[in-house]
Amino acid sequence: MTKKIKVLMAKPGLDGHDVGAKVVVQGLKASGFEVVYLGLRQTPQRIAEAAQEYNVDVIGISVLSGAHMTICSRLGELLTANGMKDKFWMVGGNIPLNDRNKLRDLGFDGVFPTGTPLDEISERIKEKLL
Amino acid sequence: MSLSTVSKKVESDKKTENAGKTNRTELSAGKAVVNESGIEIKTLYTAEDVKRSGVVDRSLPGEHPFTRGIHAEMYRKRPWTMRQYTGFANAADTNERFHYLIKNGQTGLNVAFDLPTQCGYDSDAPESSGEVGRVGMAVDSLRDFELAFEGIDLEQITVSLTINGSAAILIAMYLAMAEKRGYDLKGLRGTAQNDILKEFIGRGTWIFPVQPSMKLVADTVEYCAKHAPKYSPVSVCGYHIRESGANPVQEMGYAFCIAKAYIDDVLKRGLDIDEFAGRLSFNFNIFGNLFEQVAKFRAARRLWAKIVLEEYAAKNPKSGWLRMIAGGGGSGLTIQQPENNIVRGAYYALIGALSGAQTMALCCYDEAYTIPSPKAQHISLRTMQLLVEEIGLADTVDPLAGSYYVETLTNQMEQEMVKAMKEVDAQGGIVQAVAEGRIQEQVSIQAYQHQRKLESGEFHKVGVNCYVDEDEEAPDVELHPYAEKDAELQVGSLQEVRKTRDNIKVEKTLARLKVDAQSDRNVMPALIDAVKSYATVGEMTNVLIEVYGRYQEPIRF
Repeated sequence: MTKKIKVLMAKPGLDGHDVGAKVVVQGLKASGFEVVYLGLRQTPQRIAEAAQEYNVDVIGISVLSGAHMTICSRLGELLTANGMKDKFWMVGGNIPLNDRNKLRDLGFDGVFPTGTPLDEISERIKEKLL
Repeated sequence: MSLSTVSKKVESDKKTENAGKTNRTELSAGKAVVNESGIEIKTLYTAEDVKRSGVVDRSLPGEHPFTRGIHAEMYRKRPWTMRQYTGFANAADTNERFHYLIKNGQTGLNVAFDLPTQCGYDSDAPESSGEVGRVGMAVDSLRDFELAFEGIDLEQITVSLTINGSAAILIAMYLAMAEKRGYDLKGLRGTAQNDILKEFIGRGTWIFPVQPSMKLVADTVEYCAKHAPKYSPVSVCGYHIRESGANPVQEMGYAFCIAKAYIDDVLKRGLDIDEFAGRLSFNFNIFGNLFEQVAKFRAARRLWAKIVLEEYAAKNPKSGWLRMIAGGGGSGLTIQQPENNIVRGAYYALIGALSGAQTMALCCYDEAYTIPSPKAQHISLRTMQLLVEEIGLADTVDPLAGSYYVETLTNQMEQEMVKAMKEVDAQGGIVQAVAEGRIQEQVSIQAYQHQRKLESGEFHKVGVNCYVDEDEEAPDVELHPYAEKDAELQVGSLQEVRKTRDNIKVEKTLARLKVDAQSDRNVMPALIDAVKSYATVGEMTNVLIEVYGRYQEPIRF
C-alpha cells in the first residue's frame, strides 16, 4: 500500500469564514488523504512551521477576505525558505481571474476559486504528487 | 408518514450520507419531497392535517403566543425597518455611505466593521496588516465613532452594530458617543449583535475563552438594563449558524439554546426576567423553501413566547416577543449567473415580509463574492420598497395564516425545534457543546454533506447544477478595491489620537479596567471611562486578554 498523502490546511489572517476550509478538509479525508487542520487566525509563519513539523506533502489555505495576494506571497517566501518549494501549495476562496495566474507564478499550483468541485481538488493533488 | 417516523428518518439521514430524497422535481418518479428540516411534504393539505399536526392556533397577532406577529397591526402601522449592512474603509467614507442610504429611504443602519476591529486589534497592530478597512469600517477609538455618526439623528435612525468579540468595548463606545452628543441614554435605541456563542460556531471573530466571553455578554445586558433600558445589547443569531451548515430547525433551536444561556447568566446576577428579556433581539436567515421559512418564523415566535413567558415565568408579555431582523442569506446566492441573485433576493424579501420580520436586510446580488457595490445596495433597498409600495405586503397582517399547509408546517417545525433543543441539552447544554466543538463539528459535517449533494445534483441549485449555461465563462469575481492609502490614513489618525489625548488619564482608566476585570466586577463602567479617555480598541482588548486569556479553537475532525 502506498503512503497516504499528507495535507496541511489552515485559515490565515483574521477572516473567520471557515465553512469552505472545513468542507475541503472532509472532502480530502473522504478521498483518502491524511489531513491536519490548524484552524483560524494562523500566521504565514505558523503555517510554514507546521508544514515542516508535520512533514506534509500539501499546504492549503483558504482566504475569503480578499487578502490572498499579501498572504500567499508571504507564505510562499517562508515555505521556500523552509525548503518546501517542491510541495503542492494550494489556495481557495474568492479569487478574481486576474489574480489566478499571479498566484500560480508565486508557486501556488492549486488555485481553487469558490465553487470548485471537491473531486477536482483531490484529482489535481494526485496528478501532481503521484 | 407520521411525524415520529419522519424524525426517525431524519436521524438515519444524519448517519448515512445520502438521504436518497430529493428536494425538488422528479415528483413523477414517486419520490418523497422532504424539506431541508427533514419534514416530508404532502401533495395536499386539508383542515385534518392541521388538527392532526398539533394545535389549531386561533391566536391573534399581538396576542400570546404571537404566532401571527408580535404587534396587532404589524406593517399596517409601520413597515419593517430596512437596514442594509454597510461599512468600509474608514469612518469618514462610511459616514458618507450612511448619508447616501438614508437619503434613499433606508430607515436604519447596520454597521460592518473591519476584521481588526472585530478581533480587537488596533489598525497598526501587525495582525491588522492588509485588513484595515477591508471588510468594514476601521475603528480604533471614540474619535472614529464621532466621525462615523456625524450628522445622523440617532433618535430617527436606529443603529445596529455588527460586533461580537469586542462588543462590550464597541457598545461602551456607542453609549459614550451618544451621551457626548447630548442624547439621554434612558431613551437611546439601537442594537449590538454581541452574540459570542454563535461566533464560536460560525463567523469566528472570537477573542476570549468561552466563559469570560459569556461573562462580558452578561455585563452588557446588565449594564444596559440599568442605564440604557431601550437599547438592545444582544441580537442572538441563528443566521450564521445556518450559514455554517445548520438546517432551518437547528438554526432556531440552537439560537434559542444560546439565548437561554445568556438569560440564565443574567438571572444569576439577580435581575428579574422582565428587566431585560424584552430587549433581547434575534437575527435569522432566509434562503431556501418559502413555506418552510415562513412556518419557521411563525413557529419560532410561538416557541419563544412559551419559553420566556411559561418556562421563565415572565409577567410582561413583551418579554416574550421574538423581535427579529431577517436577512436574505448569502449562502443562498451563487457566483454563477449572479443576476439570478437579484431575483433570489426579491423572493427572500417576500419571505421576510410574509414572516413578520421587524427589520430586514438583503444580501446583494454581488455579495456572494464581494462587498456590495452601491448599485447592488440600491437594488436591494428598492426590492424591499417595491414590496411595500407596489406588491401589497404591508397591507394586512400574517397573510398566510389559515393556510392548511402553513399551519401544519408551523406545528411541525415547532416540534422539531423543541427536539433540536433537547438534543443540545443532552450534550450538556449549548455552552459546553460549543466549548468542546461539538456543535461546530455537527454543522460542519452537514455543510460537507450539502456540498456533496450540490455536486451530485441531488440538491438542485439553478445555474450551479441545473440550467447551467454551457457558454457561460468561468465566473470572475471583482473585489471591492482595497486602498493601502486608506489604511495608512487610518493608522495616521490613530497615532494622532494617541499623541493628543491625555495619556495619564488613559493609563488610569486602563488600570481600573484591569482591576475590575480581575475582581469579576461588571466591566462596562470601566470600559466607558476608558473609551471616553480615547483608549483604543486594541489597548482595552489587551488588558482584558491579560486577565481572561485567549480562546483556543477546539478542532474536532
